[in-house]
Amino acid sequence: MKNMIKLLKTSPVSARFGLIVITLSLVVALLAPILAPYGQSEIVSDVWLSPSYDYPLGTDQLGRDMLTRLIYGARNSIFIAFTTTMIAFGLGAILGLIAATTGGWLDILLSRIVDIFMAFPTLILALMILSVLGTSIPVLIVVVALLDSTRVFRLARALAMDIAIMEFVDAARLRGEKTLYIVWREILPNALPALIAEFGLRFCFIFLFISSLSFLGLGIQPPTADWGSMVRENSGAMNFGILCPLYPAATIALLTVSINLVVDWFLHRSAQIRA
Amino acid sequence: MDFLLPLILKRTGFAFLTLFTISLLIFVGLEALPGDTAQAILGQGATEENLAALRKEMKLDLPVHTRYVSWLKDISHGDLGNSLSNGRPVSEMIGWRFQNTLLLAFSAAMVSIPLAIILGLVCALYQNSWLDRILSTSTLSAISFPEFFVAYILILVFVVQFEMFPSVALLKPGMGMMEIVNVLVLPCLTLTLVVLAHMMRMTRATIIGVLSSPYIEMAQLKGVRKHKIILYHALPNALGPIINVVVMDLAWLVVGVVVVEVVFVYPGLGQLLVDSVSKRDIPVVQTSGLIFACTYIFLNLTADVLSIISNPRLRHPK
Repeated sequence: MKNMIKLLKTSPVSARFGLIVITLSLVVALLAPILAPYGQSEIVSDVWLSPSYDYPLGTDQLGRDMLTRLIYGARNSIFIAFTTTMIAFGLGAILGLIAATTGGWLDILLSRIVDIFMAFPTLILALMILSVLGTSIPVLIVVVALLDSTRVFRLARALAMDIAIMEFVDAARLRGEKTLYIVWREILPNALPALIAEFGLRFCFIFLFISSLSFLGLGIQPPTADWGSMVRENSGAMNFGILCPLYPAATIALLTVSINLVVDWFLHRSAQIRA
Repeated sequence: MDFLLPLILKRTGFAFLTLFTISLLIFVGLEALPGDTAQAILGQGATEENLAALRKEMKLDLPVHTRYVSWLKDISHGDLGNSLSNGRPVSEMIGWRFQNTLLLAFSAAMVSIPLAIILGLVCALYQNSWLDRILSTSTLSAISFPEFFVAYILILVFVVQFEMFPSVALLKPGMGMMEIVNVLVLPCLTLTLVVLAHMMRMTRATIIGVLSSPYIEMAQLKGVRKHKIILYHALPNALGPIINVVVMDLAWLVVGVVVVEVVFVYPGLGQLLVDSVSKRDIPVVQTSGLIFACTYIFLNLTADVLSIISNPRLRHPK
């Protein structure tokens, strides 16, 4: 705990700003039902009212409170993106580390499959799969997680390749340790800093990706509040000079920028430690 | 240049192999996954006879591999099938829209590539100056903005505040040159901003990387002028990676175009793809997906070949 505070004291302004925004979003996401003044899909007033005391950010295209929708949106958008990232990461990292450690036909097979998927634009592939399976949250999570795990696989494999040729891995092999032990105890700890940074970036990427899908109307479906679909639903307001589609778009941008700032600081720091 | 031909042939061969696998994936994937096309068209109220008749008409009753072969054959003859939602030939729906998408992507590329390289060079040259700092911080945040956020900010400034351009880019056949430009400005600007940041950062990083190598220091010690060092010593070595980044970003632009087209209601291929996905119009989805994939793979192939040509070390592998 003391170390954490010390660490935070040395952090640059940008990273502090990022950490504050991330913490705030997490708090809002966790406490959504307590913080939100109205219900998630409760119609409270007229359409597209300008901000007032009762409705601090105005109302949306159906007359729901914008602030309430934003708060619930934080919960849904972050939760779905986080679950997706966890699955993509678990799958990609484990397979990547194992492929690099064992080598041989398993490595070749997995790498070829990943090559083919990476030669194809993710958004287009996701659109095509969703056109067949239809859009529901579980399908969305699994499809995006599978598509993104290919990128994690690439990175994890490249990292593990560099570590697997080290003497201490040879020593472990000669001791007769099993592959899983080597992956878990010898390779993973050494690949961890890079993987943590990648987790942050992957989350940003998936978060933006799901927001884009929702914005296209093919991601999270109404009436669930979600930042990407809120931009889409309110986009008509721009023609009247009403700014409400900008709020959810800005929160998406703010959160991704903040995560990037923190990851940047983290990478910078781990580079310093190594040097 | 005789070493180039087998190399290009090899890469092209690999690209075609990827394309073939992808066409197989697209076809088998779309066919074999759950979800009945006939049911989707006719809706829940369809009777068994109606469903069977429609399946027969669409040849859905034949086995998958027969249909894949006949699908490939049709495509190679330019017959892309008919749309499920309105029965029109897919090629007719796609032709004009594909041109529009190319126009938009091409104009965005024409603006962003020179701008990114010049700005990247300037930042690398005057490293840590105020200009470099401003550009570096703003591009770092621009990378993590969603495309639609950039688009709506531009709409807010140029449409709501200044009323300079239309907020929807309704392109129609037979529009005059000036009208097209007027409609194209905002979507083009959005796409430019979206790819500019990444391209510029990579250019800057590459040049700075090259500038820190020993032979540049040697050139400096010899007393070579700064702009000559950049032009004759640094740039030739940085060219390969920069070309690679530019072409990769173009491939990315092809995908980014989808969201931008939807924001501005621009009648391009991306919007058609999104519409068809929500209508589950499989033939249109298959074809437009395949076109996007071809473009993407072709651009990546170009990046490969160009970076090999520009780097003597890759040209003569050990």
